[in-house]
Amino acid sequence: MRPFEYVRPSEAAEAIRARGVAGADTAYLAGGTTLLDLMKLDVIHPAQLVDITRIQGKAYRKVERTDAGLRIGALVSMAELAANEILLKDYPVLSQSLWLAASAQLRNMARVGGNVLQRTRCSYFRDTSYTECNKRTPGSGCAALDGFHRGHAVLGTSDQCIAMYPGDWAQALIALDALVEVLGANGPRSLRFADLHRLPGNTPNIENNLKPGELITGFVIPGGAWRRSLYRKIRDRESYAFANASAAVALDLNGDVLRDVRIGLGGVATIPWRARKAEEMLRGKPLTEANATAAADAEFADARPRQHNRFKVALGKATLVRALLEARDMKV
Amino acid sequence: MDDERILDVSRRSFLSAGATALPVVAAIAPATAKTATTVGKHMDPRISNITLEINGRQHRLAVDTRMTLLDALREKLGLTGSKKGCDHGQCGACTVHVDGERHLSCLTLAVAAEGTKVVTIEGLEDSSGLHPMQQAFIDHDAFQCGYCTPGQIMSAVACVHEGHVHDDAEIREYMSGNLCRCAAYPNIVAAIKQAAAKMGQG
Repeated sequence: MRPFEYVRPSEAAEAIRARGVAGADTAYLAGGTTLLDLMKLDVIHPAQLVDITRIQGKAYRKVERTDAGLRIGALVSMAELAANEILLKDYPVLSQSLWLAASAQLRNMARVGGNVLQRTRCSYFRDTSYTECNKRTPGSGCAALDGFHRGHAVLGTSDQCIAMYPGDWAQALIALDALVEVLGANGPRSLRFADLHRLPGNTPNIENNLKPGELITGFVIPGGAWRRSLYRKIRDRESYAFANASAAVALDLNGDVLRDVRIGLGGVATIPWRARKAEEMLRGKPLTEANATAAADAEFADARPRQHNRFKVALGKATLVRALLEARDMKV
Repeated sequence: MDDERILDVSRRSFLSAGATALPVVAAIAPATAKTATTVGKHMDPRISNITLEINGRQHRLAVDTRMTLLDALREKLGLTGSKKGCDHGQCGACTVHVDGERHLSCLTLAVAAEGTKVVTIEGLEDSSGLHPMQQAFIDHDAFQCGYCTPGQIMSAVACVHEGHVHDDAEIREYMSGNLCRCAAYPNIVAAIKQAAAKMGQG
């Protein structure tokens, strides 16, 4: 690991000032589970770390119902949030997508603010002995295109990058139209979770729409509860593995008919993937296996699989259909 | 642990002393560090003077900001029970308790652990002897090479405290962050069930 300075401010404003002074060559540290891993690999090498775990303020550490919806502080740990009573009862998809991720130790350490910015597991991004990686070194090429890409994305790819977004919770957030609260040098602002991540396009090195130094302070799930919701995650092993395909679904059923349906897909895309085509096809219709299958087909119609990840198209569709039908049959 | 105990002849200290005298100096670093450091900033911004609370005892030390909690435990404080397996948060061999939660010491900076209470495998035993989980691992032969065992035990104790020991499937799910290349998993599950009963849960 390369040398860096470490600062531990007690106020959020101080943290933002500290990052502003050091410029782009600096990073916020909370759980550190992605950051320190990538620093040891020399994939990233900030000159300064700003530890935000001691910044004062209950709002960063609590989960509460507000007039705007459910608000979740960014410094809540994945483990704490997964076990939160409100989530377990009213937002099962938010809880399940957390406890089905990582390991117990990692969930204790990782905070939900950093979780949504988890970096890809693409082995060519993580291994600096490969010179070609447009995400790590813009313009250098992409070793994954003709390399081993079984775990890579089939949706939202570009000819510059096919790295998969590896997280789980983000799929639930995007499905529920979450908002992200951020704090920057010019004060607080809020953006739609769907606007947080950027498709790789020609700039896979730019992964999100946060401005330099902006700090995620919380998330808001607008509206009321989504009790008929769940997260299905299909992996090579049953626990402690990244998704080959996953689906976060939330349904509002009127009898058999879908008044509303929300779908986030994981394991198959370059960013947390909102399945708007599938949603559009299902809204107002009875939730049958035939309708669910047609919707899944539509969502994956634009999929661009390569040699080793063709299975993700069929698996992604099957995962979505299964999640929809299981949510339909939930007793709520 | 007190300073005298560090000076007891153990297999590790005997082997270390045989190789060079330096490791003996390193082993008593906690005592010397008290006089060598003052609280506050170091001249080099990449070195920090910190106080760590490990197993109920305060340790003052100067660390490179890059040093992980795991390396501080092993290399600075002579607490070699916590093991370095992958050093990337994937294997669980470095698991310790931080403020009562199981954390990976290889992905924790020593500087960031300041102000927390850390418990390692060396701090599990009390005056009455081995912790019920340690005894259960012996009773059930829950290891072969033993390298992952300290991490398994620290994780298992937390797993019981969390209440994730209702059945074998739940234990396996909540212990999945601790890999055992010898695959002693069935024995580990059996040990955790025995210890959970002794610890008043499960």
